Amino acid sequence: MKNENLYNYILSIADNSLILGQRLGELTGHGPSLETDIACTNMSLDLFGQVRSYYQYAAKIAGDNRTEDDIAMLRKEREYVNVLLVEQPNTDFAYTMARQFLFDVYHLLFLQELQKSKDLTLSAIANKSIKEVSYHLRFSTDWIKRLGDGTEVSRQKMQDAIDGLWTYTDELFHQTEADIAMAQEGVGVDVTKLKEVYYNKVNAVLEESTLQIPESKWFQKGGKKGVHTEHLGYLLAELQYMQRAYPNMEW
Amino acid sequence: MSDKKNWPLWEVFVRSKNGLEHRHCGSLHAADEDMALENARDVYTRRSEGVSIWVVESKNITASNPENNGEMFEPAHDKVYRHPTFYDLPDEVKHM
Repeated sequence: MKNENLYNYILSIADNSLILGQRLGELTGHGPSLETDIACTNMSLDLFGQVRSYYQYAAKIAGDNRTEDDIAMLRKEREYVNVLLVEQPNTDFAYTMARQFLFDVYHLLFLQELQKSKDLTLSAIANKSIKEVSYHLRFSTDWIKRLGDGTEVSRQKMQDAIDGLWTYTDELFHQTEADIAMAQEGVGVDVTKLKEVYYNKVNAVLEESTLQIPESKWFQKGGKKGVHTEHLGYLLAELQYMQRAYPNMEW
Repeated sequence: MSDKKNWPLWEVFVRSKNGLEHRHCGSLHAADEDMALENARDVYTRRSEGVSIWVVESKNITASNPENNGEMFEPAHDKVYRHPTFYDLPDEVKHM
């Protein structure tokens, strides 16, 4: 492939949204209340919409017969390059919102930079996605504050979720080969530059929510290189089931 | 309404575009007004249905009692002269 770096770079952005979207989609009919159920699946649909634009572009870059669906549905686990954070299970609503918040802060900062990309397709997708992601961040931030600064039980649950997911935050700012190449060309975002402002924003919300900022200095990594936690396989089994059982099926 | 298990009920009014009035479109549960607005956005306006949302806690709405429908509404029925039914409307005038 001529543009392998660009192709891999697009997947690294899109896979995050695909996997997180699938996680949120699991709440269809299972959210804690009708309203939050709809809110989570709305976010899921926003993310899937973004994912389609990215994969369509990636399929074009690949220049062979593969389609957006092939890229989304037919890769093996090691070929997905999403960060570990987004594949973590829903566990409870505090986890779902903590995961969402920790990703949303990053996602918005990332898209604001991607908007400046020299690649017009990527910049257009970023531009279109920013409004959606701004709302996701508003929604998840709201829930961090509600549960954090809520009752003793809700505060403890949110603290557990933040503590449990904290170890996956550092990976957001790791660079792959494709990352470095694309950032140098002015196409991609230099994620290392987002780290400081990310933690400032996250910490400010945690403090306002009367939550402790975790002190852990040890962080998990691997997702960006295709080395995942045990949770991703199960998620993919569900995501890919239809295409595997009925190859080439369409709606 | 004040028990901790159930969030209070809110009525949602959506204005579909500028210049039109807000219309009641349904109700939902939420813990406070901010959550009610966000929930209303997610439940009622995700397909470009609106440009503005009002929410009001249902308990703040005073409603007429159906038992009193007779005295409230019946008297209007036998006064045809209160309705502008004696005019011929041109076809061009719609929504009357």
